[in-house]
Amino acid sequence: MTELFIFFEQIYRIMFLLIPVLVSVAMIVWLDRRVWAFVQKRRGPNVVGPFGLFQTLADALKYIFKEIIIPASSNKVIFILAPIVTMTLALIAWAVIPFSESYVLADINVGVLYLFAVSSLGVYGIIMGGWASNSKYPFLGAIRSAAQMVSYEVSIGVIIINVLLCVGSLNLSDIVLAQEDLWFVIPLFPMFIIFFISALAETNRPPFDLPEAEAELVAGYQTEYSGMMYAMFWLGEYANILLMCAMGSILFLGGWLSPIDVFPFNVIPAPIWLILKILFLFILFALIKAIVPRYRYDQLMKLGWKIFLPFSLIYVVLTASFLMYFDLLPGQ
Amino acid sequence: MIAHAIVFYFFSLIAIVSAIMVTVSKNTVNSVFFLILDFISISCLFIMIGAEFLGMIMLIVYVGAVAVLFLFVVMMLNVAQQKNEWFNSTGRSSHIPIGLLVSIIIFFELIIVIGGWKYKPDLIDSIAIEINTELTNTQSLGSVIYTDYVHLFQLSGMILLVAMIGAIVLTFRQRSGVKRQSYFKQISRERKDGIELIDVENNKGVKIDV
Repeated sequence: MTELFIFFEQIYRIMFLLIPVLVSVAMIVWLDRRVWAFVQKRRGPNVVGPFGLFQTLADALKYIFKEIIIPASSNKVIFILAPIVTMTLALIAWAVIPFSESYVLADINVGVLYLFAVSSLGVYGIIMGGWASNSKYPFLGAIRSAAQMVSYEVSIGVIIINVLLCVGSLNLSDIVLAQEDLWFVIPLFPMFIIFFISALAETNRPPFDLPEAEAELVAGYQTEYSGMMYAMFWLGEYANILLMCAMGSILFLGGWLSPIDVFPFNVIPAPIWLILKILFLFILFALIKAIVPRYRYDQLMKLGWKIFLPFSLIYVVLTASFLMYFDLLPGQ
Repeated sequence: MIAHAIVFYFFSLIAIVSAIMVTVSKNTVNSVFFLILDFISISCLFIMIGAEFLGMIMLIVYVGAVAVLFLFVVMMLNVAQQKNEWFNSTGRSSHIPIGLLVSIIIFFELIIVIGGWKYKPDLIDSIAIEINTELTNTQSLGSVIYTDYVHLFQLSGMILLVAMIGAIVLTFRQRSGVKRQSYFKQISRERKDGIELIDVENNKGVKIDV
């Protein structure tokens, strides 16, 4: 009986995490459109609900009631599987995100590796969708995005090594606790910038949204998708963006820690700080979408392989030598 | 304990079935997807026996990178005609001897490993390095690889580097007529390189040579 009880308790905890994530994904879509509109001196979605907050929910409702069209010449199983894979991978990664010292769903030893693995699997949803559509534009979009995501993962991996050198543990809670005195954004500022830009490329956001460049590829890998399946791609994409923001705030911005340990700041509960940091990073994402023009594909590849990768590798050597020379290596 | 067994059999069943499906399925792309499923369930098995680092690295390297490249190559082939003919064909059986040889070797290796284990139950204690069970396996792996076995580790890195260079050399070809962007040229271009002011005489025009 106790096993059953534990089972239901786990399900309750998972729901308690997933439902807020899904709701905040809907809100974040609204925020993205609002920021974009304000930069361009438009109003943005402001009709449905207060400040247009329920716009995304209305859109989602519309998608649910639309017909799902499956192309006759597509590979149907993989075609249907692709949005499910995207959505699932975007959601399972949230299991290891620590919201405070005690509130984390799965406090595993290799939290960073898990996050990295799940985000590197994210490319499958796109490749599967693009290939199974059996159509030119989705396939081109899928190939572009696969190459792009694999390239930028490499530099993200090297950046994570930088942080790990300073922490000495792969556990996400340990990484946050190691930043109690100094957030890693200060000593590793160049790495933070590169992480941010790589995260833009990893989530296919502008200026690196070549997989769905609407001027060339209609809508890239999601061209043939409609109704709920399109909505799942879209929710998965935004959940991934939120996840990248969470990863950035845990690795560099001190996770749930308050910026300074004085009165008005340290009474605010820890999860609020994490949420504020995620929001801050997300607003940066949205601003960049509004103000930066799209990269050319060869520029994108050049940036990933010839600039970010060597630079972050050199920074690994620098960090390691610095820690070694000043005897700051953790875990000794 | 029962839950543990159920989960173990669940993942191993998926692993075995998908491994069979890799060879049996007619569409090569489906084969690659089954291979990915196989990798994922094997990494779950790794995690179940407590080797979480290996399991995650398996996911990152094999599923996140190697299988993506597999898919890339397979998808580039003509999709409609790409059928896994080998399993159905009756005439061509030249692959069978090689396949048999490889599988027999693997089979004997497995027998040696498992037999040695059965024959000498304390085999795991007779290995050269001491295992510190207090450390997480990421730490213990790191402390062994980067100290006692650093030369072998670097050697394997060199082998991989050579393989990488080999692949680049094999596929590299210099194409003529490609217009490349040179930032240096762009930046160092001055006004007099691009613009020339000419007084045009009436009814004469200007001769332009590009």
